[in-house]
Amino acid sequence: MKKQHRQQRSKGANGWLLSTPALLLLVFAASGPLLIVALYSVLEKGDYSGVRWILSGDGWFRVLFERDIFDQTVSLADANLSIFWRSVKLSIATTLVTFVLGLPTAWFIATRPARVRAFWLFLITIPFWTNLLIRTFAIMEVVRNEGIVNTALMKAGLISAPIQIMYTDTAVLIGMAYVYLPLMVLPLFAAIDRFDFRLIEAGYDLYASRWQVLRGVILPIIKPGIIAGFILVFIPSLGAYVTPRLLGGGKNMMIGNFIELQFGQGQNWPLGAALSTVLLLIVLVSRVIYTRASSRDNPHG
Amino acid sequence: MQGDGQLNSTIAVDARNVGKIYGNGNSAVAALGDVSISIQQGEFFTLLGPSGCGKTTLLRCIAGFETPTSGTIHLSGTDITHTPPNERPVNTVFQSYALFPHLTVAQNVGFGLKMLGKPAGDVAKAVARVLALVKLETFADRLPQQLSGGQQQRVALARALAPEPEVLLLDEPLSALDLKLRKEMQSELKRLQTETGITFIFVTHDQEEALTMSNRIGVMSQGALLQVGTPHEIYEHPVNRFVADFIGETNFLEGHINGAGVRLGTGDLLEVPLEGPLEVPLDGQLGAVTLAIRPEQIRLAAAVTGIAATITDATYMGTDTHYTLGLSDGSHIVARVQSNSAGTYGVGEAVGLSIDAKAVQVLKA
Repeated sequence: MKKQHRQQRSKGANGWLLSTPALLLLVFAASGPLLIVALYSVLEKGDYSGVRWILSGDGWFRVLFERDIFDQTVSLADANLSIFWRSVKLSIATTLVTFVLGLPTAWFIATRPARVRAFWLFLITIPFWTNLLIRTFAIMEVVRNEGIVNTALMKAGLISAPIQIMYTDTAVLIGMAYVYLPLMVLPLFAAIDRFDFRLIEAGYDLYASRWQVLRGVILPIIKPGIIAGFILVFIPSLGAYVTPRLLGGGKNMMIGNFIELQFGQGQNWPLGAALSTVLLLIVLVSRVIYTRASSRDNPHG
Repeated sequence: MQGDGQLNSTIAVDARNVGKIYGNGNSAVAALGDVSISIQQGEFFTLLGPSGCGKTTLLRCIAGFETPTSGTIHLSGTDITHTPPNERPVNTVFQSYALFPHLTVAQNVGFGLKMLGKPAGDVAKAVARVLALVKLETFADRLPQQLSGGQQQRVALARALAPEPEVLLLDEPLSALDLKLRKEMQSELKRLQTETGITFIFVTHDQEEALTMSNRIGVMSQGALLQVGTPHEIYEHPVNRFVADFIGETNFLEGHINGAGVRLGTGDLLEVPLEGPLEVPLDGQLGAVTLAIRPEQIRLAAAVTGIAATITDATYMGTDTHYTLGLSDGSHIVARVQSNSAGTYGVGEAVGLSIDAKAVQVLKA
């Protein structure tokens, strides 16, 4: 009995020893940078860049408010708020567009015979192998004034002057929807793949119309996949940097660009760090919502 | 009893010349070939046959999940051949139950009524009534995965019964249950059918299930309906070798028609009645026929009397003993004898067997 106890204890100690590399990695590579970001957000900004090691709430204050340089009056930072709003709006729009396009796509793939299915999934994942920058330039080629869409429309005589898509929110939306579509299709596919198609017959048999079968049977059952897709698209959309930078031009910024601005030209590292932390919190909250929703709906995991 | 194809108010389902072909050209497969059947209102009708015989295809045509390639299906006099399933007053109990996993038992059972646009109060009342019918009142708020197989089966049944369909279709609903539960559900189904008065069309490959539950049975094979009749008719008077073989155990003996009876290969003459709906033409006096003889219609006695035979195997089965007998022409037949009757015989013993000639069925050779 005693010996066994000792054995167990030494086994436990060995376990800790063996997991040291993983723990070190977690502490220094994962938590470390986050802690630095959190720390910088409560320091004072340096003269040109960097930080001064003095505690200050200014970084966090300036996330939402601005102080007039002359009379020191405090007001809401309209510019920041409009950037937040645009980011959230564009991310929600991206999520909805990818869902509307992704659901039929995922359904199509999941209903193919098993042999062809792998091929379709492969096509969906191909864009992941290409650099994001190059994919974004490809979208630029499609939507710019002399691009494919405008040229084709003008040649067809449908429009006389090119439609300005480039450097608008629409261009950012198109670009992000294209970039994040696979992140919607894959979890939807996984959910539809597990879906028991005989339930559709049961629905029809019990007097449900096509629409009622979709809303009352299919969507509730694949809900975990829908939520996963929403989170997987919404989160990176919110922090998107390259796509809004290239397709939105300088003025249609999103949070990601705004954060970059603070570390670059803005020379306000504490504000940038505070904004990053806000973004991280939004992501964490989304994750919690997702985990709650999926564990409640799908007790089998 | 036999449906004659005439449309009248007592016929629930009338399928006429229904055919179903999958694929086209050279790869076309006929799942159903020209099946006609009339199912009476309030009847417990069973479609019986081995897997792949087309019974499920016929059921799916009635449910509306498949459209027949040819022929028509009438429901209470209305042509429903091309009516979508959600507009047919017909409900199905699926082999896999197909319960909605995201809905509680009560929501599952109420689904059909809700889709029909019934007010919530009426739905709740109907759900309570049907759940009481299948004795699941206390499970209303459970999810399907929290129930046992037998309970899920009852929910599936309740869900299909709740909208009070004109016809209830059951696609091998008992095949996933263990033997004891299956026996229980058989009598349960029979009770429900009697209580509700709804026409049941039951598909199974289990001949015992078919015999014990049905008012009438339709035996199917390779897309064709071979025989329709009461369990008694099907068992006692199978129209051909397939039906005789599929329903219960049967011995087949070859013979020739000879005057008033059939002469067996052994030379013995069996005075079987050559009348009734026989499959064989009786004009040729020496026509070759096959006799279908049930094991329980054979009696054994000490040698000398009856047809001479030798016991090659004896299996004690409790109430019965099964004897395998070798006849003088080399053929073998099985006899089932009550264990406590006259005597017991050992392997190798010579016996004389007598056959209840009136119960013998004469079939095409």
